[in-house]
Amino acid sequence: MMTAALLFAFGCFGLGLLFNLWRITTGPDAADRILALDTMVINVIAMLILYGIYRSTAMYYEAAMLVAMVGFVSTVAYCRFVLRGDIIE
Amino acid sequence: MSLITEITISFFLVVAGIFGLVGSFGLLKLPDSMQRLHAPTKATTLGVGGVLIASMLYFLLVKGTLSFHELLITLFLFLTAPITANFIAKTFITRNVRDHDLPETGGNYGWAPYDDPPPQEVDLPDDRTGQ
Repeated sequence: MMTAALLFAFGCFGLGLLFNLWRITTGPDAADRILALDTMVINVIAMLILYGIYRSTAMYYEAAMLVAMVGFVSTVAYCRFVLRGDIIE
Repeated sequence: MSLITEITISFFLVVAGIFGLVGSFGLLKLPDSMQRLHAPTKATTLGVGGVLIASMLYFLLVKGTLSFHELLITLFLFLTAPITANFIAKTFITRNVRDHDLPETGGNYGWAPYDDPPPQEVDLPDDRTGQ
């Protein structure tokens, strides 16, 4: 039963990634694209932890943590680039 | 693995999957950019939170090890989500809304993308005050 629930959650987050990809390609504004990329990072974190449960190893927490940090920094950098025309002033 | 454990972990996994899907679907479905900002918060809090709770329960009840990495990830996501949303909203306002279309802020200073930041009282060290 837990394997079925895991596969269900994998499918949900994978479908969510496809939705985000659609929003990135058709998003009318840069803010929409940044938001879709940020949501994509969130979905990838969830999928990494799910894969850790699936393989029953604790190795993927570090990867999820690193992805979370890199995603936050890249979102802020992209927003600052659009806002100020420069990332580090 | 007992049946209760399995049912609990499966429940959290299914709830997390549904909320993650709802968050991404709202990003696709909602018509306005500022409304779209609202949807992925569900994916952040309940989607990833449910997955992390399921992972903690799995490693605690099945593998017998208690780990706090999940709490670290949750804390980091909860700390950074408002900052990210604020930055994205400012980006949208800067690119799409002009200054005279915005309502009054009601305070002493205007909107952050258009007005200069308020002057700050900087406490310089003593050797730098006299220039």
